[in-house]
Amino acid sequence: MNIRTLVVSLAALCISASPVMAADTIKIGAILAVTGPASFLGGPEARTLEMLVAETNAAGGIDSKQVELIIKDSGANPEKAISFAKQLIEEERVVAVIGPSTSGETMKVKKIFEQAGTPLISCAAAEVIVNPVARYVFKTPQNDSFAVRKIYQTMQDMGIAKIAVLAGNTGFGKAGKEQLTAIAPEMGIEIVEAEVYDKDANDLSAVVAKIKANPDVQAVVNWSIVPAQAIVAKNIRQAGWDVPLFQSHGFGNIKYVETAGAAAEGIIFPAGRLLIADQLADDHPQKAVLTSYITEYEKNFDEQASTFGGHAYDAYIVLKAAIEEAGTDRAALRDAIEGISGLAGTGGVFTFSADDHNGLDIDSFEMITVKAGKFVPLAQ
Amino acid sequence: MTLELFIQYLFAGITYGSIYAIVAIGFNIIYNTTGIINFAQGEFVMLGGMISISLLPVLGLPLAIVAAVVITMIFGALLEICFIRWLVNPGVLRMIIITIGLSILTREAALHIWGESIHSLPYFVGNEITSVTIAGARISPQVLWVVGACGCMVIILSIFFQTTSVGRDMRACAANRTAATLCGINTRNMVTLSFMLSAGIGALAGCVVSPITSTAYDNGTGLAIKGFTVAILGGLGNSMAAVGAGLLLGIIEAFSVHIIPLAFQDAIAISLLLLILFIRPHGLFGSRSAGLKEF
Repeated sequence: MNIRTLVVSLAALCISASPVMAADTIKIGAILAVTGPASFLGGPEARTLEMLVAETNAAGGIDSKQVELIIKDSGANPEKAISFAKQLIEEERVVAVIGPSTSGETMKVKKIFEQAGTPLISCAAAEVIVNPVARYVFKTPQNDSFAVRKIYQTMQDMGIAKIAVLAGNTGFGKAGKEQLTAIAPEMGIEIVEAEVYDKDANDLSAVVAKIKANPDVQAVVNWSIVPAQAIVAKNIRQAGWDVPLFQSHGFGNIKYVETAGAAAEGIIFPAGRLLIADQLADDHPQKAVLTSYITEYEKNFDEQASTFGGHAYDAYIVLKAAIEEAGTDRAALRDAIEGISGLAGTGGVFTFSADDHNGLDIDSFEMITVKAGKFVPLAQ
Repeated sequence: MTLELFIQYLFAGITYGSIYAIVAIGFNIIYNTTGIINFAQGEFVMLGGMISISLLPVLGLPLAIVAAVVITMIFGALLEICFIRWLVNPGVLRMIIITIGLSILTREAALHIWGESIHSLPYFVGNEITSVTIAGARISPQVLWVVGACGCMVIILSIFFQTTSVGRDMRACAANRTAATLCGINTRNMVTLSFMLSAGIGALAGCVVSPITSTAYDNGTGLAIKGFTVAILGGLGNSMAAVGAGLLLGIIEAFSVHIIPLAFQDAIAISLLLLILFIRPHGLFGSRSAGLKEF
């Protein structure tokens, strides 16, 4: 046998071998910010997916096919997310991808998935991901605008009309500030002070002193990711200012409460029901799924479950339900996701449609406050 | 602007400024003995905070801080002994690149040891909402700890450099390395010592600022950039000047909030740095002759 025939036969072997291998497993990709500035999102998300895939495989897989999970760590870097997206679609030929963790990355890869016709279920919150709707792009976290409306509703109940807005200079902070500004007039709220600070800010006492000096301010809304969320709270209380402090749904991790300590008391923020799962009524549709996720997660990993890991949980159960329904054909899978209705997840009860690729409504948020270092539902 | 608001800004500025100054002093000590900028300086601050947080449940606050400082000093010495000392041809640029590499290495190691979440030491006095009132302005007692630690450090360092024989040896090494070697000073050991000293200072800074700023595996970088700015601003190698420049930058940042949006705070620091580099490249307080070693 000469070299040429050897090469040809080897190539033939490879071509014939690959479809057989692909039929044995279902390949699911994930692009998550496991390290880097958004690791508080990507870390729990990656651990959640690994746990869920292990569970599925132990139970015999989906349609008796084992699930193969390929996690790529983007470090919250959009450029890396783009190259991983291409790698997962073109080389690994995954049936669908879960992630990215951040809104900035998701917006960068949106087009790639649209062109490749591969479903993407993002774990990032920004509304622009699904509005306008892209055929192959979905997301599981609640919309920013739901959080804003929920906060403004609570303010109306408390008789607050003039507020100060603080936001971090991240994609999350900017998107939140835009929504806060856009929705304020229709809810009868006036923003009298607005400041944007650097995401690495160490101390915000100067800006707190500035907004405190404005006597019109009745409440402060802070929209950022860690560690500024804790720093703002500390600086406001140290300044002896007992103004109502609202945070975004990004505050939903008990670690931030621990970091802010006594200053976290009384902070009001909207979040998914995961944080108050043990206080839900037994017949609440999310009770069972939340309890099982929290118990499993905390048993496997020595840390408390967060709403962020929950977004990955939801993305996985949505995808799993769709694969069980439609198999691994990407176009059929996409249609199957749009057809999902009444699926209880950690973030809410999902009902997707052709023009709703988020599947949640404003009731998926609950207003929560901090009392004695614990999350409790805000008493209306 | 009311007097109360003025004092509130002033204290905010002093807080930022003291933090920057402590980091800048660390840069200066190593710069003086080796002529290099140690870009792993921010990581010393992070390590100090992280180690003290880990040791807190076992040792209690005062001992945990002491232990964190000692462990970070040993770490600083090891870095120098393992990576800098044996360089056959220790060019300045080469050593700087090595410190950048070491800073990345340290950061990644910290990520694996302590994870991605933020931690913080408890407030030394009171808790997160305790404040003391000074002339109508309210500030956290921790701010006084930071300012106090910065002040004590400067005084102790200047006594050390002026009066002790080791301190004088280190200064001799800074002034003229060849001459110092000829006088029988072991310059290599002085370099190790300077790494230990600046690691220790960084670690102590990491401990006292941890309650205010929190500590995460990656927050050394931001501090290092600000500290570097301040070191240049004051004039490289001059620790007293670093304190002056640090306070100046901190106070400017704090008061700038009143006039221009907070988002431009860092732009102010960088503009100031550029301005100084154009007008007085040897720094605000540096002498013209000192200039930059070997750059």
